[in-house]
Amino acid sequence: MVVTIVLALLTGAAALAVLLPLARRPAAHAAGDADTGFYAAQLAEIDRDAARGLLAADEAEVARVEAARRLLAAERRAAAVSADASATWRRRVAALVALVGIPLLSVPLYYTLGQPSLPDQPLASRSQESKGNLDFDQAMARIESHLSANPEDGRGWEVVAPLYMSMGRYDDGVRAWASANRLLGETPARLDNWGEALVAAADGLVTAEARAVLDRALKADPTSVKSRFYRALGAEQDGDSKAAIEAYSKIIEDVPPGSPVVKSLAERITKLGGTPPAAAQVAALPPKDQMDAIKGMVEGLAARLAQDGSDVEGWLRLVRSYAVLNEPDKAKDALQRGTTALADNPDGRARLEALGRDLKIGGS
Amino acid sequence: MIVEVGHYALVLAFALSLVLSVIPIWGVVARDGVLMGTARPVALVMAALVAVSFVALTAAYVTSDFSVVNVVQNSHSAKPLVYKISGVWSNHEGSMLLWVLILAVFAAAVAVRGSGMPQRLLAGVLGAQGAVAAAFLAFILVTSNPFARLSPAPFEGQGLNPLLQDPGLAIHPPLLYLGYVGFSIAFSFAVGALIEGRIDAVWARFVRPWTLVAWIFLTLGISMGSYWAYYELGWGGWWFWDPVENASLMPWLAGTALLHSTVVMEKRDALKVWTILLSILTFSLSLIGTFLVRSGVLTSVHAFATDPTRGTFILAILIIFIGGSLALFAWRAPMLRQGGIFAPVSREGALVLNNLFLAASCATVFVGTLYPLALEAVTGWLDPANPAKISVGAPFFNLTFLPLAIPLLLAVPFGQSLAWKRGDLLGVAQRLVTAGVLAVLVTVAVLAVTWGGPVAAPLGIGLGAWLILGSLTEIVTRSRPAGGFFASGNLGKALSRAAGLPRSAWGTALAHAGIGLTVIGIAATAWGVERIVTMKPGETVDLGGYQVRLDGVAPRNGPDYRETVARLVVLDGSKVLGTLEPGKRIFAARNMPTSEAGLLTVGLGQVYASVAEIESDGRAGLRLYWKPLVLLIWLGSVVMALGGGLSLLDRRVRLGAPVRSRAPAAVPAE
Repeated sequence: MVVTIVLALLTGAAALAVLLPLARRPAAHAAGDADTGFYAAQLAEIDRDAARGLLAADEAEVARVEAARRLLAAERRAAAVSADASATWRRRVAALVALVGIPLLSVPLYYTLGQPSLPDQPLASRSQESKGNLDFDQAMARIESHLSANPEDGRGWEVVAPLYMSMGRYDDGVRAWASANRLLGETPARLDNWGEALVAAADGLVTAEARAVLDRALKADPTSVKSRFYRALGAEQDGDSKAAIEAYSKIIEDVPPGSPVVKSLAERITKLGGTPPAAAQVAALPPKDQMDAIKGMVEGLAARLAQDGSDVEGWLRLVRSYAVLNEPDKAKDALQRGTTALADNPDGRARLEALGRDLKIGGS
Repeated sequence: MIVEVGHYALVLAFALSLVLSVIPIWGVVARDGVLMGTARPVALVMAALVAVSFVALTAAYVTSDFSVVNVVQNSHSAKPLVYKISGVWSNHEGSMLLWVLILAVFAAAVAVRGSGMPQRLLAGVLGAQGAVAAAFLAFILVTSNPFARLSPAPFEGQGLNPLLQDPGLAIHPPLLYLGYVGFSIAFSFAVGALIEGRIDAVWARFVRPWTLVAWIFLTLGISMGSYWAYYELGWGGWWFWDPVENASLMPWLAGTALLHSTVVMEKRDALKVWTILLSILTFSLSLIGTFLVRSGVLTSVHAFATDPTRGTFILAILIIFIGGSLALFAWRAPMLRQGGIFAPVSREGALVLNNLFLAASCATVFVGTLYPLALEAVTGWLDPANPAKISVGAPFFNLTFLPLAIPLLLAVPFGQSLAWKRGDLLGVAQRLVTAGVLAVLVTVAVLAVTWGGPVAAPLGIGLGAWLILGSLTEIVTRSRPAGGFFASGNLGKALSRAAGLPRSAWGTALAHAGIGLTVIGIAATAWGVERIVTMKPGETVDLGGYQVRLDGVAPRNGPDYRETVARLVVLDGSKVLGTLEPGKRIFAARNMPTSEAGLLTVGLGQVYASVAEIESDGRAGLRLYWKPLVLLIWLGSVVMALGGGLSLLDRRVRLGAPVRSRAPAAVPAE
């Protein structure tokens, strides 16, 4: 609003610069006035110089004759030029140009080139906006200048990458994650993040490049939730709803019940016309019932595993669920039972033990 | 909001420049005083709008508003404040905005000072100025908009080209632009006079101060640029005949000629058509200079804008203005009334000689600068795979420019001493005998002292002495009292006469003496000593009578760069004269190394050191120079500019009257 007023004032000033002189009465200004004044000044000066002794008397005389000759010529010229005429129609055209022409040119031109709604963003006020976090900006600037001097510092890239992502600088995030992967070696987590950055940089579109990275992540760790989610999103974007629903449902079954992703995945499935798996329906219940439902489901799972203990994924989910429900004893118990049940599956047992270590409930 | 207001002000200034280039000119053609009367207020408001726009961009730089693309590309939040401000014009877009700002401010200055000017001339001048402004504002808005925005804004900028992060940059371009653009006023005066179909002494009286102002700034700008290249590029040269340097030298030569021819016109009402042509050519050469630098057709340090659209646009501006004004000249010039004729031996005759030599040397530089480009363009067009590339450098210019410059310089004291209308060459020669003999004695003495050294140097110093003494002779002669200097009480009389001389006479003498100083500085470069050495810490080398010792090599941190400096001590025998700290800098934001020269001034000479390489074992590869009297090159140009300034203070209207009395007492009514 203020912008509009200021722009209007400027336009007004510009128009007035033309209108005001047009409103003045035609000056009684003969063309030769300034000329005659000039030569008259010259004559006066010759007299001054002669008085100060800078000119000898005879020289002054010659100079005076010369100047007088020019003065007469100028006066003759001035007389020959008739007094300036001013036609009303010309003034009207000029006034029209000022009132209509100027805004008609400047306003559309400005609205094509400028961005009137975009406010100024001086650096100082921007740091205040980000919760007065001036140190953060400075730290960021320091890391960036460090990295521009030492572009081979993979750790630095890994530190700065999530910061870029949280600041919304996705292109920089892509560059940082790519560098981290190149310099520190690819791990499932780094590949996941790189893929996520690529998707974010493409405004949420799972591009071919992002797919290639995500596939590499899935090859290294097929259970990665992030990569599986973006692959499923890719399928959804391709119009392959069936595959997307299937993949989303699979993720819901694999994450611990109550995980925040469940709800949004269930919504996606519903939007695509599918039915979310039972686990997801819990998310729709009120909080108190949710807990009961979850507990019920966990007990159901425990009961199923007690009968058939060969389901590695089942054991993993059970342990994770108890951990999430803040029942460490039950989690420990489930871990032990699972390890026993998977006695003839060293691979599955190793994964279970690894989970136990991650959750700090192992120690058997 | 500030940024957008600045942007809108620029657009509005464009609209007003169109109004300015149409309505007042229409008034001149239709002899309508009211329409002509719009010129002054419109020019003032246009300048104010461009100023608003420039201030807005500067504010964006100072506050590091990275939502402006231009700021992101050329600034950095860690930069010192001075360089944030100078960053505004260190890039293409910003420098074009500065160009237009100066253009508009000059137009406003003419409008303010124009109350005594004939109205038709004033309207014509401002109209022409408006047309030039319109072309450049359109150029900025269409191809080089400094107000383009970016959202979301990044949190840090990309920094400034490190070569340009220097105090020299803060001053050099604005000075140079004041010079270039200042000549637009002379151009507009010429166009105004052609439109009006009338040109006379009054015209010359009003155009002269503007030409002088432009000339002073251009002189300082070129000299500043030369000094900047001298200490920043790290190889100790002060003039490279680089096309960009030539681009500023050409308008200077033409402008110097113009300065002299307007004097003839003001005093003698002669050389009208030639003066008009020179006004057009001088500004055209400024435009060509802008084109060469801005289009990127040259590959040199200065051509940091490489963009064919821009090149084409500027070329179009060039064709329209140069072609248009020359066409106007061809059409209207024959209608101009010719002024008086004069004898070849007279002040005006000498000034014609001056103009001939200056124009010829300007043409030489023009050919040397543009021929390689034209050749490459033509052969590239005939055979795109294999364009002919030649480079024209110092040898060409030494062979062509110097033979024109030297006779001109020799003739300067004569011209200065000749009287208007009818000169007395013999009388002048008699008066200059003392100066001539002294100059020859200086040459011989210097030659004897430096026997075995280069011969050109003593000759050059003799020429410089001749210019200085010859300029003084004029002042001495004119302040000589009737009975000579040594009669009783006459010394005081002489001093008061000297003080009473017109300021323009002092200005002329000072400016010509300034050329003498520069010539001496240039001549002395022949005695320079250059050594390329690799030194261990503690080692000492000889350098032209002094000794230089390397104390050590140390890393150091600046605000936005790291550097490694070599600490050098300059000794004269056992006496320490001072220390030098040349270094190599790495700027964080651009990751680009630059070298910083170390300078130590000894008298009027300088010890100059730059680092070529620092080896891991602490040894330093260095270039060391001893440059005797080198400062005179730039001091001379400052003296020239001072002379111009003194002449500018002379506000009198002048008339050249013939002199009838005896030569020694000759006092032309200057």
